[in-house]
Amino acid sequence: MIAGFISRISGPVVLSDHMKGSKMYDVVKVGAEELNGEIIRLDGETAVVQVYEDTTGLKIGERVLNTGTPLSVELGPGLLSSIYDGIQRPLPKLVERSGSFISRGISVPGIDKEKKWEFTAIAGTGDHVTGGNILGTVMEYHIEHRILVPPAISGTIREIRSGSFRVEDPVCTLEDNTPITMMQKWPVRRGRPYKTKQDPHLLLVTGQRIFDTMFPVAKGGTAMIPGGFGTGKTVAEQTLAKWSDTQIVVYIGCGERGNEMTDVLSEFPELVDPRTKMPLMQRTILIANTSNMPVAAREASIYTGITMAEYYRDMGYDVALMADSTSRWGEALREVSGRLEEMPGEEGYPAYLATRLAAFYERAGRVVCLGADERFGSVTIVGAVSPPGGDFSEPITQNTLRIAGTFWALDTSLAYRRHFPSVNWIKSYSLYLDSIQEWFVKSGFPDWKEMRDKTMYLLQKEVELQEIVQLVGPDALPESEKAILEVTRMIREDFLQQSAYHEVDSFCPLDKQYWMLKVILTFYERISDAMIKGIALNKILKLPLKAEIGRMKELKDVEKIRSIIGEIDKKVAAMEVER
Amino acid sequence: MKPVSLLTKECKTVSYVSGPLIFVQAVKGVTFGEIAQITLPNGEERTGQVLDVSKDLAVIQVFEGTSGIDNLETRVRFTGEPPKVDVSIDMLGRIFNGVGKPRDGGPEVIQEASLDINGMPINPYARDKPADFIQTGMSAIDALNTLVRGQKLPIFSGAGLPANKLAAQIARQAKVRGEGENFAVVFVAMGITYKEASYFMSDFERTGALERVVFFMNLADDPTIERLATPRCALTVAEYLAFTHNLHVLVILTDMINYCEALREISTAREEVPGRRGYPGYMYTDLATIYERAGRIKGKSGSITQLPILTMPDDDITHPVPDLTGYITEGQIVLSRDLYRRGADPPIDILPCLSRLMNLGIGPGKTREDHRNVADQLYASYAYGRDLRRLVAIVGEEALTELDKKYLKFADELEKKFITQGDEDRSLERTLEIGWDLLSMLPEDELKRIKLDYIRKYHPAYRKG
Repeated sequence: MIAGFISRISGPVVLSDHMKGSKMYDVVKVGAEELNGEIIRLDGETAVVQVYEDTTGLKIGERVLNTGTPLSVELGPGLLSSIYDGIQRPLPKLVERSGSFISRGISVPGIDKEKKWEFTAIAGTGDHVTGGNILGTVMEYHIEHRILVPPAISGTIREIRSGSFRVEDPVCTLEDNTPITMMQKWPVRRGRPYKTKQDPHLLLVTGQRIFDTMFPVAKGGTAMIPGGFGTGKTVAEQTLAKWSDTQIVVYIGCGERGNEMTDVLSEFPELVDPRTKMPLMQRTILIANTSNMPVAAREASIYTGITMAEYYRDMGYDVALMADSTSRWGEALREVSGRLEEMPGEEGYPAYLATRLAAFYERAGRVVCLGADERFGSVTIVGAVSPPGGDFSEPITQNTLRIAGTFWALDTSLAYRRHFPSVNWIKSYSLYLDSIQEWFVKSGFPDWKEMRDKTMYLLQKEVELQEIVQLVGPDALPESEKAILEVTRMIREDFLQQSAYHEVDSFCPLDKQYWMLKVILTFYERISDAMIKGIALNKILKLPLKAEIGRMKELKDVEKIRSIIGEIDKKVAAMEVER
Repeated sequence: MKPVSLLTKECKTVSYVSGPLIFVQAVKGVTFGEIAQITLPNGEERTGQVLDVSKDLAVIQVFEGTSGIDNLETRVRFTGEPPKVDVSIDMLGRIFNGVGKPRDGGPEVIQEASLDINGMPINPYARDKPADFIQTGMSAIDALNTLVRGQKLPIFSGAGLPANKLAAQIARQAKVRGEGENFAVVFVAMGITYKEASYFMSDFERTGALERVVFFMNLADDPTIERLATPRCALTVAEYLAFTHNLHVLVILTDMINYCEALREISTAREEVPGRRGYPGYMYTDLATIYERAGRIKGKSGSITQLPILTMPDDDITHPVPDLTGYITEGQIVLSRDLYRRGADPPIDILPCLSRLMNLGIGPGKTREDHRNVADQLYASYAYGRDLRRLVAIVGEEALTELDKKYLKFADELEKKFITQGDEDRSLERTLEIGWDLLSMLPEDELKRIKLDYIRKYHPAYRKG
């Protein structure tokens, strides 16, 4: 084992001498307290180490031990419903060990090694297996945790048993005596292998109208949510974590507030997944590295999270990964880079920022998993971005824009008037519209694309009309354009706005979304027709329809929403007859 | 007199002095972050902290400044200890300097413990959810941006705006309904003038709260670099009072902009790569280590609520200091020069204000069932009224519809009757009543954000009938 000595300490960065033979990204134990660290640069005999814990109190000349292994996470049954820090230490265990405050030098295994799991073998003796084949299953809550052959291993099974095992007990032995346990280790900075990547073409249903109907993201796609403070990034991320139709959710609180994580922790066990009717916590893995926890661990937390997501993807599941916020991760990179005295790029960020961001987002995707059967799995990444001053021209926003498939631009002025989700419909876009269209058609919404385009056209028209109104006042507009303003106000208030806290409205199923929009667009068509026939707009607007459309959100029954269309027809027709 | 460890190292090898930093050569066994005692040629003692250490060089930031330090006679003694502050329940009612030494002429505090001022991060799993509504008696805060225990809610002010008056009023009026007086205030002055500090002191004195307050004073003419330690010392004391003595502690930090200036000074002296406007790239993390020390902990009855005040340079909310603060804190109260000129007192501009923890503290059993709805409706209607003001400036009031005129009036009245309250201490019921009275200026079917049941129950039209 290589052992060196501390020769310099500067914040989270420590230099160590006598480290010849070390590899990049090896994990080291620093000082007498054995703080965890990782080698991020080699220079002759000197290794530069970023330390995942507070370095106060370290002394020149203390020992640095190289473990020889890269930073890895433990993967196996027991991950779900856990809450970890950035380097996979379970936070509840840390409370047991050091109380309410996190002290240093504590090392706790990521997965409970004592707990026994009921393993049911699927493969049999004599089967030839390769990496990714399913050996058997373990029930982790209601989710079938598939025990896979680790990627690099293959051979013929000599022995495999069902029964009750600990994660480190071998459940299967190959002919060449290789034991396979339920737990595997994987280095976080390397993506887990798969057979092939596919174009994402299935909608990630989130139950949010502005996302699903207007700016959808595909399963295996990537989305970014940038916004100044107070625009609702975290609420949006949490809403997605709650209602996305994936089997697994990984939520990374990366350099954000402690109270927010507490909120998630206390809320998720009580919330019920609308599809499986099981507590949401049972499908969720939380990674919490709050802003006051060490920065280097914040840098690692993103990788820890994505590796766990990939692990469940390999079993054939759809996984959603929420990272709140990637800007804090970028800042951690910047801080460490500054300590290394690297040549800074834009705004002090290192020149490799774009590469790192791209490498992270590219670990998303819909893939054909390793293994004999044709399994599909996906990882969808939704990254929040916190641009300083809400200015989207800063490096992290700009570099993420080049990679992310869906762009949900949060808008401070919408947030000020309490329009939530404060997604700006003019600036946002989705690159998945075309690839998802077929899915919508198959799911029974044949004219979704048309309706969406029509809505976008009206909203765009509104912006133009508003400019005119600002100059000459609303009275100057012709009736037909006043009608557009009425309808777009309806779209904004009665469709795009959605309360994350309302008992019914917080989750809006796709068919309800479809019919809500249909009602509004039908309303527009009917009043346009009626006006051509000479009925004054004021008269139509006096009909009690507006209030009814306004209360659609609160309705649970889609039939009731559909029936509004009939009512519009009836009332407008009656008016025409009257005339 | 504390015993001096035999192992402390002393040397006279100061090689380089620049701004607040000194570089000491040929030292062995120095630990990162430890405290160094510096003895000047004239015998004066100063304190510094190790910022960077390599095999034969230690970089020390000197809290009291470097004037008078030479590179011949100055002696540096390394204590091997991280910076600590002595804490005790007896600190209540006392005044300390920026590093926790008495400055009121009173005796030294007999320590109950001596704690590292950097503290340790609270384990997110050990945090308890903030849930207790704090009634500040200010309508714009209680109804629209509710403060809860364990929250950090900064006041963004501008030069010349009455942020201090507001903070003092909150400190004076804040109470959790139905609970006794189990509170303390930790007041942290960073780089503010004596006049400002004495305003708070006399206000606390007037209300008889003085013996529940711990003052930490680093005034405008005190050493700048000491400011980096001041909030940490104060929060260490606050944590001790909250989690050992089970008090509900309100920490007022003023002015955070001065703290950040000190941070920038050190960063520049170290020749670090600057981030925006010359502030260091790690300012977010640094500020987080201060703000994140607010909160509640499971199994402990005390709490820390923070009320930082910061002056936005040129009223610019996108300036790095308010910006990063807004990203860490759980909302913000923003004062506006425009409203101040219109005579609103306090001049709280509610549109950019926010309390992220509001939902945890309100609702049936905590405040009132219609609270959320009323707040949403007031916000939406006021925002619309404000938009109309811009329109009126161009096309004149005559061009508006009857309804829009009502909205315009509503926005004006809200500023006059709801936000403006002077020294009045309003109960939540009174605040909501005023809110309903204002809403009754608008037609009932415009109140889309309020449940019909609540309209029937609370709307003045039904109340009278």
